[in-house]
Amino acid sequence: MKFLRQIAIIMGISFLAELLEALIPLPIAASMYGLVLMLLGLVTKLIPLEKVEGAADFLIEIMPLLFVPPTVSVIANLEALKSILVPLLVICISTTILIMAVTGRTAQSLMRIGRSGGEKQESRTVDCGKNKMKNKLATGEEEKTDE
Amino acid sequence: MNEILTQSVFFGMFLTLACFEIGLWVKKKAKIAIANPLLVAVILIVAVLTLFHIDYENYKKGADYIQYFLTPATVSLAVPLYRQLSYLKKYPLAIIGGIAAGVLTAMGSIFLLSMAFGLNHEQYVTLLPKSITTAIGMGISDKMGGMAAITVIAISVTGITGTILAEAVCKLFGIREPVAKGLAIGTSAHALGTSKAMEIGEVEGAMSSLSIVVAGIMTVMSVPLFATLIQ
Repeated sequence: MKFLRQIAIIMGISFLAELLEALIPLPIAASMYGLVLMLLGLVTKLIPLEKVEGAADFLIEIMPLLFVPPTVSVIANLEALKSILVPLLVICISTTILIMAVTGRTAQSLMRIGRSGGEKQESRTVDCGKNKMKNKLATGEEEKTDE
Repeated sequence: MNEILTQSVFFGMFLTLACFEIGLWVKKKAKIAIANPLLVAVILIVAVLTLFHIDYENYKKGADYIQYFLTPATVSLAVPLYRQLSYLKKYPLAIIGGIAAGVLTAMGSIFLLSMAFGLNHEQYVTLLPKSITTAIGMGISDKMGGMAAITVIAISVTGITGTILAEAVCKLFGIREPVAKGLAIGTSAHALGTSKAMEIGEVEGAMSSLSIVVAGIMTVMSVPLFATLIQ
């Protein structure tokens, strides 16, 4: 029954989020409002973590499964897709790699700059090999692909 | 065949779960990144539907019930996010800066490649929100005059790519900080990538789910601007 109550809370927030989606004229779907609502609830302790934890972890675990039906919708849109298939695949695959690399490198550089500026203890990374010395210098990041 | 199936709600549900189960089994046996449960499941389902001449609508009837859980599941991402909130306070610059860089890269590179392929406005705005979660991406595509259904496909292809390549890309580009890894995966491959990031570690997962929200919001703000670039 505990699990049921957790699901109920998550569904309740999802419903509130749908209301917000209907009321706010932005191209943002309900789930984003819901995510923010849930986070606010947790931060303000209005929703205690243990009241949603189990069900939330379960839903996150099965997330890839939830993407199956929308992806299968490909066969229903075969005609529109045909004209754009090659660019779609090339663009999706290449930019994903690019975005991942740029985001990760930028974030990592900014973290290290922040760290050597202020508190520079606790470096959680395993800076192996060459990079070990450079960690102190905030600069050590510019060479893009050092291995 | 289709007559019976039009009545059935459980056909689509069962087919989805069974194929995903096979996908999980293949992943366990094959131990290679390309054996992604989602990818395997989709290929199997499309094969079954085509082979037995089953209308997509009949599959969709039951499968929709599974898809409905996408919203509560996305809402649930707030939980790992909350558990790792201390990181956000610790690295605000890296998080905002990293995600902003990623979103701009997304917009810029999709624009350039769309130009290169000679895509029209409709096709271009269909792909523009492809790196963010389905929940926001569909809405943007629709509002900008794109084809929302194709956007969903682009989002899935992106997510699968990100999931399969996450570890390799991080290794190749020397992204070692768990926080940076999570941001990279979430910004490039949204919720689907996040489930991969969760597997790598709790910090990675939390940063990845944070990226979904922040990248989603940044994309909402920048798409109207970039959309005008190809008329």
